Parts: sequence; C-alpha cells; structure tokens
Amino acid sequence: MQLFECPFCGKRSETEFHFLVETGKPRPEPSADVSAQEWTNYLHLQAALEEEVSEIWVHRTCGEFLILRRNTRTREIIASEPLPGREQ
Amino acid sequence: MTGWRHNSLGQIDRSKPIRFRFDGSELEGFDGDTIASALLASGVRVVGRSFKYHRPRGIFSAGNEDPNAIVDVTLDGSTTPNLRATTEKLRDGMSVASVNTSPNALTDNKRFIDWVQRFLPAGFYYKTFMLPGWMRWEPMIRNMAGLGSLDRNNHPPAIVPQINATCEVLVVGAGPAGLAAARSAVEAGDKVWLVDDGEELGGSLRWLGGEINQAPWEDYVRDTVEIIKNSGGCVLTHTVLWGAFDHGLYAAWDRGYPEKGRQWRIRAERVILAAGAIERPLWFANNDLPGVMLAESGLNYAKNYGAIAGRKIVLATGNNRSYAVAQGLSEAGADVILADARDKSDCPAESGDFETRYTATVQAASGRNGVSRVSFRDGNVEADCLLVSGGYTPSVHLWCQAGGKLDWDVKGDVLVPRGNMNRMQVVGAANGCFDLDAALAEGHQAGGGTGHAPKSQGQVKYHSTQMRPDRELKGRQWIDFQNDVTLKDVALADREGFRSVEHLKRYTTLGMATDQGKTSNFAGLAAMSTLTGRTIPETGTTTYRPPFEPVPLNSISGRRRANLFNPVKRLSLENVYREAGAQFREYGGWLRPSVYGTGDQAKLAQSEAYCARKSVGLYDASPLGKIEVLGPRAAELLDFTNYVRMSTLKPGRARYGFMLSESGVVFDDGVVMRIDDDRFIVSASSSHVEGVRMILEEIRQDRFGSNGAVTQDVTSNWTTFSVTGPRAAELLKSAGISLPALSHMDVIELEQDGIPMRIARISFTGDMSYEISVPSRYGRDLDSRLASGLGVLQGSRIGLEAVMILRAEKGYILVGKDTDGITMPHDLGWVGPREKRLDEYQGKRSLFTDEATRNDRRELVGLEGSDGDNPIPTGAHLIPGNEARRSLGFVTSSYFSEYLNRPIALALLESGLSQIGEQITWFDNGRTGTATVSSACFFDSNGGRLNG
Repeated sequence: MQLFECPFCGKRSETEFHFLVETGKPRPEPSADVSAQEWTNYLHLQAALEEEVSEIWVHRTCGEFLILRRNTRTREIIASEPLPGREQ
Repeated sequence: MTGWRHNSLGQIDRSKPIRFRFDGSELEGFDGDTIASALLASGVRVVGRSFKYHRPRGIFSAGNEDPNAIVDVTLDGSTTPNLRATTEKLRDGMSVASVNTSPNALTDNKRFIDWVQRFLPAGFYYKTFMLPGWMRWEPMIRNMAGLGSLDRNNHPPAIVPQINATCEVLVVGAGPAGLAAARSAVEAGDKVWLVDDGEELGGSLRWLGGEINQAPWEDYVRDTVEIIKNSGGCVLTHTVLWGAFDHGLYAAWDRGYPEKGRQWRIRAERVILAAGAIERPLWFANNDLPGVMLAESGLNYAKNYGAIAGRKIVLATGNNRSYAVAQGLSEAGADVILADARDKSDCPAESGDFETRYTATVQAASGRNGVSRVSFRDGNVEADCLLVSGGYTPSVHLWCQAGGKLDWDVKGDVLVPRGNMNRMQVVGAANGCFDLDAALAEGHQAGGGTGHAPKSQGQVKYHSTQMRPDRELKGRQWIDFQNDVTLKDVALADREGFRSVEHLKRYTTLGMATDQGKTSNFAGLAAMSTLTGRTIPETGTTTYRPPFEPVPLNSISGRRRANLFNPVKRLSLENVYREAGAQFREYGGWLRPSVYGTGDQAKLAQSEAYCARKSVGLYDASPLGKIEVLGPRAAELLDFTNYVRMSTLKPGRARYGFMLSESGVVFDDGVVMRIDDDRFIVSASSSHVEGVRMILEEIRQDRFGSNGAVTQDVTSNWTTFSVTGPRAAELLKSAGISLPALSHMDVIELEQDGIPMRIARISFTGDMSYEISVPSRYGRDLDSRLASGLGVLQGSRIGLEAVMILRAEKGYILVGKDTDGITMPHDLGWVGPREKRLDEYQGKRSLFTDEATRNDRRELVGLEGSDGDNPIPTGAHLIPGNEARRSLGFVTSSYFSEYLNRPIALALLESGLSQIGEQITWFDNGRTGTATVSSACFFDSNGGRLNG
C-alpha cells in the first residue's frame, strides 16, 4: 500500500485518496464551441503513462484536492501541492 | 514403524505428555512437539496421500516448505482444513486427519489410481475436458482430487487484531545472518524489529549448533534479544513475514502461541532480508516415498524434538553441510551411511562415527508404504530412512515481491539477488552465502554497526556439487510432490511446446500447490533448462507473489466482518421507533423503519400509505443530506453544479433540481433551499451525500478558489421529520407549532418554545408536506409532540416502504432506482434548462452529443397493468409484442396502491413519452403480460393536493 502525501495532512495511506484527472487538461468551454472529439478527449482520454506523471487527486478524509507528482513505474512520490489559485 | 523418540534430546517437555489422535488412532506426544514431530516420533510413516495419484506420503521437512504433511485438525469441536503438520504445535485433545484419503492414509481405497497413472499425464484436465461427455466425468474427477474437507460449522470469530507498526530496520529471519544484522543495526542506533517464523530464534543454529564469539550460540541469541528490547525494538517469533508491498509495507502473521494470532502491518524504512534457504530434494525413482526427508530437517527433528527419523539412515548429498547432519544423527544412536556424489578429494575429512561412500548417487528407493531399500549403481542398502540434500535454494521471495531481480550464480548453483535495492538488503543463505562466518559478516555489515563482525568456531567450509534430475534413470522422479508433477511431465510439457516457465507451471501445475513450489520450482526450472538446452537465466523464473506461506483469511479480514464490515448509520431516535413497533431495514447505508407492526410487510406498507393519503403520516427524514453552501459566490457555484439555475431562487424559497456528472448523467436529485442571499442548503439523497459534497468541493476548489464559498455537510447535526398528508398542517398545530401561511416550496427558520427549527413545505409524496428540522438534541421532544397528535387525526407513523409507494404514485424518482448509468435529465421530462440555459454548467456539453440527442432514448413513463393480482415484477423487461424479442426498457419501481386501488409501475422505455396510451408487453423470467403506457404521475396530476 502506497503512502501519498497530502499537502495539508502529511503522509497517508493511498486508500484515503481518490484519483480525479491528469493535470494540464483545462475544461473546454463554452460548450457550444466544443467539438464532440474535444469533449470526448477531455472526459475519457488519460495518457496513463508509466513514468513521471502529474495528477489531481482528492484526499477524501480532509476533502482537499491536490496535485500529486509521482512516478508510476517506481512508485516514487515526487511532490504534492495544493491546487493553484487556492487563495483567490 | 521407523521413527522413534530419543530419551534425552530435544526441547520438548517430557513431564507434559499430550494425547492426540491421528486418523483415529490414539497417539502421544509432548508439550513442545509439532504435529509432525509427534507423528514422526510415534513411528507414523504415511501421513497423507498425494493430490493426483493417491501415492502414500510421509513427513518431508520440518518447516513451511513441506509438500506432504497436510492435515485437517479438529480441536474444541471445530475443524480447520489443510494445516501443515510441520508448523502446527501439538495441543491436547487434537484430532488430526490425513487429507484426500479414505478411510485413512495407510489403507486409502483410491491407491489404485497410481497404477493407471500413465493415463493421467500432465495437462490431463485440458485434454479430458475437450472430449464430448466430459460433464459425466467431472463430478467423479472432482471427488478424487483435492485436499482437506471444509467444516461448514467452523465460523472463527472476527477477533484477529490488525496492528500497525513502524520501525527503522526490519530484520526478517533470526538465523546467524539476521541476528548479526539486528545486533549491528541496534549498535548503529536504529530501532529494530526482528521477525522469525520459527518457534525459537536461531535459524539453522538450532540444529547445526556452534559457538559464536567463543560462547554457545544460545548466549549470542539471548544477548541479541536483550539489546534489541532494551533499545525499544521488538522481537517476534512464530511470525511469518508473508508479503512485501509498496512503500516499505510488510505484512506479518503472528501465530501468537499460546494466545490467538494477530496480523502486523509493519512500515519499515529499511529491510534486511535474512530469510535463509530451503534445502533441495534429490531426484531418483520413487523419491516421494515416505521415509525420504530433507537432510537438515532430519537433524532438526532430532535436536529440537528428540524425534529420530529412522534406525538405519542413508543420507544422500552433494554438499558439506550434510556432514554435520550425519554426525548429529549417528551421535543420537542411528546407523548412518552418508552417500556423497562427489569425489573423496572434494569432501570433508572422514568421520569415525558413520560410513561414508563417495561418488555415490541414489538410483531408486523402494518399499511398500515407505523406504525399505535404497539402490545405488553398485548395489542396494537396506534402510528405513533416506535423507536427501540436493543443495539449497535461497529464500528470495520477499526480495522478488518487492521488485528485486535475480542473478544466476554458476559456482553456487543458485539464483541470488542482484545488487541492493534502496530499502532492502539480502544477507546470509538468502543471498547464497552458506558459510556461517561469511553469513555473520554479511549480516553485521548490512546492519551498519562498527567493530568486528561476530566469529564462529569450528565450521567446515561450504562446498557443493551441482545436483540435477537425471533423465536416464528408470522410474518416476517427482519434481513437485504436492501437485504430483514428475520429470516425465516436464518432458511432456517441453514436447508439447509449453517451454516458458510460466507455461510449464500452468500446464503441469508445477509449483501451484499450497507449498507454492518451495522445494520444486528450482528442479522444474533446471529440468526444463536441460531439456531445451537453455541456461537457467534464459529459462527464467515464475513471479513471486504474496503470501509466502498460506495465511488464514480471517486474519486478513481481521475484525472487519459481519456488523463491522460495512457498519450502518443509525438514527438518533432508533429506540423510539422500536418502541413504536418499527421493523428496520437498511436503505442507502442507513438503518431506517421499513414498516410499523407485525405481519405481511407489503400489506402494512399499503395501509400506512393509504392512511397518509387520507389523513397524515409521520416519518423520520434525517438521513436526507443537508449540505450548507455559504459565501458570496455560493449561488454561482450552485448554478454550475446544478442542471437547474439556483441563483434566481429568492431567499425563503426552495427549488427541485439535478446534479449531473460531466458525462451528463443524473448523479443526484433533490431540493436546494435558499435561506439567505449567501446561504443555501442542498438536500442530497440520503445515500449520495458524500458524493454530492465531493462534486461541490471539486468544482469549488478547481473553479472558484477557496474564498468565494465554503461547503459543509451538516446532515448528522439535524433531526428531520416529514409530516405528509391532507391533515399535515393540523398535526403541526396540535404539536404546538404555529406557522405563518406557507406555500409549496417555502422555507422558514424560526424558534418555537426555545427550539430552533427550519420548516420547509417540500414534498416527496405529492401531498402537502412539511419538513421540520431541529438540532438533534431536540428530536425526541419534537417527536413525542408530533406523535401524540396522530391518534386524534387518525394519522400514523409510516415506514420507508409506505414512502416508496407514495412517491411512486406521484411519479417522483429515486436516482439509481428509476434512473440508470445513462439517464439524462431530458429522459425524465426535464427539458427546460437543456433548451434554454446559455451559461455553462456541469455536464452541459454531454447533453448534446449524438448519443444524448437520439430519438429512441429510454424515457421515464408509468405503466398500468398487473401480473394477475400482483404488481408487474420490478426488473421485468419491456419487449415488442410481435417482433423478435429485444429489450425496450425495464420496470424500475412497482407497487400496489391501496389509495388508487390498482397496481402502478414506473419504467424506463425507449421513446416512452411518445407511446403514452399504447399497449406494451412485459417479460419476466419467461412470463409475459401486457400493460398500458401512461404518464409517470398517477396521483394529483394538476397539483391541487400538493399546493393545497
């Protein structure tokens, strides 16, 4: 069982976390201008690379969303930070 | 009768005899025995029958690698199947039964199967079950194969604790290398956990003996334990470390003698693996006969249990460690002949205590139900025990589980760990180092301590020759004892093209038994590499996966079973409802009243629903989610997360809406109340509260930043009553709640008799309803005030079953019951926002895909019709009346309505809204009937009662 880092709570068991999406995928809008292919890619296409990746996860027990950088091959946790724009 | 008990050797307590039974016979052992040592000392040779051929089998080893000694154990009236006799301690009153035998191991009546073995080659199942008529054979074959039998009455309680622990250095294995590593790690200042699966620490020292630092090895063990404990570390015996998982997590099953066991989850910063090695068997005709045993196990039984495996012992070997075994057994009084495969020049000096033969390899063993003769090339030897040592296989299981790779060490004839991983180092025999001094030094260095490594005295330097199965020998040579795989089976797999180790394993079942091939995998691999002319590294190894040793499932599930598996949420007034006669059921994780009273539940629910329609019904709606959304941007947030705009809602009003997922599917429905400009309460379905909150939080944190709005789930702070029916207002009045006139969807907050309340005129039944929420501490008081008015008004408490009927009469849906994973809001008739909203909202784009705009989507409709006197079965498919059968949709909710005096149903039906008034056929498990498609609303379609 992996230990993920929550920027607010520290290291916790991976079972407390839930994967949302890979980073770098802004929501395409307004919807009237979004093609079916763009929308499909946004909804369903994850690169799922076996290397260093950057993903958005939620720490379900505290409810905070975070950006987790990790290596999916070696299972190394590289960095963990809050979502940008948190203080706006 | 061959094994015997020595009159002084061993750690057993001879003052405490233990009586037990094996296959019905009364036997005696001593406190400190394992089942296997007691059987051996009692002279029992045949302890079981093999899995496939029903060959007689005896005790083969003294550890968890034993492939033969599998037994069912009955203790205190309940039977545990398939325990390994070599690792279970003997207890008073134990009844031990061999597995896969009838009537007992010695006279098993299926022993004839071995005579027809040539009709049962490798891949037998694959071949047999290709033939027609296999179904006739299957039950018979199933009956013949297998292991122990399950005791259906054995339900071990869910009491095995699971304990988390952390340590700086985890040392696995307390043999010489592990002890030296643990000690030097403590000296280097680390907190150390030392874990060993044996009953005592010491590993191979326990039978090979020796002196460390000029003192008996026992002193070294005792000192090491002391310094580990004094430094805050921990020592666990009887504990098998069975799994290596991510990020330094290790699972250890503590057998916990004499108490109950426990499961440890240990997070270690660093691991030193000193798991030792498993002795390899030898290969010759009938090498599976009872009386054939691993050499060091024979010495282990003698030294620790006083159980001597035979009177006339032949020890066949090709390495130096066996000389100590022969010495020990001859000192114990056995007549030992050591047969070494090597030239005399490679062997240690001859001993005066036993006969040694050189360049001698065993060709065959023979005897009825056990070894009586051992054949060499130049003649036979009478013997009742044949000890074998084909070298050693390092226990690299945990290394490989943790992702480590192996290298082939040609000289040592072993696969050893390649390099060191970040968090794990392998030392001692597990690293292919079979010399005591070298193992001590490796351990000492890995521990990180300073100073000199511990030294042993008087050990013979390790040397071995390569031992392999010989295809030229006559007779059957067993590779895998537990699954009955012979050398011929490996050759057959090669001929038929199953040459990869992963194919070999699955085709022949080599290494797939409960011993996981601890004594057989290497031989299978070596045999295949010889057959294919490839090297060992080219042939490869199979994947190592947890568990290293069978672990009881109830120790893995721990306490999370039965009521604690997925605990229900409970109402604060549960006891009040019980006193009022409620029956309870689980609804979306909540334990709630289903009906009141006893008798036919469906009838009770109908009359409760009827009563609520005629007068007034009272039920607890506390599980309904209450999520507060506060802040200047709260309205904006809810606009985005909701299909229906909420920013246009006026304070003091409520509005029904949907939350969609980004794929446009209805995720939840419910009412949003606006209490103030910047304060909303989202009422989510009781089973979706956490999901709704998570979506709100996701959108809030991702789109709005943290200062615009906050959300909080306050569901459990409030007790909510729903009062529904034409006389609802009267019931409130009788409870002393005076209200201004409220219209449908009005919300007010007020204080009455010092009790703060929120009252909303919102309805889940289609009748005039009030939802009254009070802080939970006032719940009991308010309940008794409301309930005391029911009698006069001829109203009643109603359970959730009645609520289900009422909401179905009105056509109100339950998300997840009346919708499925593709239902969009326009399928439910809510087309407005999709057509009119110009702003962005969650799921919007998905409502305009090709799929979402099909004209044959399943839409929510009502059905009128019945199945005889009953409602149409829920789940029945709707099919075209005349054409080829295909499902056009299905019935989602179906009830008899006493108020309407007819059955009603809701259904999802392809293009359903355009078929209103038409006939449709329903189909359920072969039965069919007809129904008329109608609107989903059966009650008060103009809203007169609702707005009343």
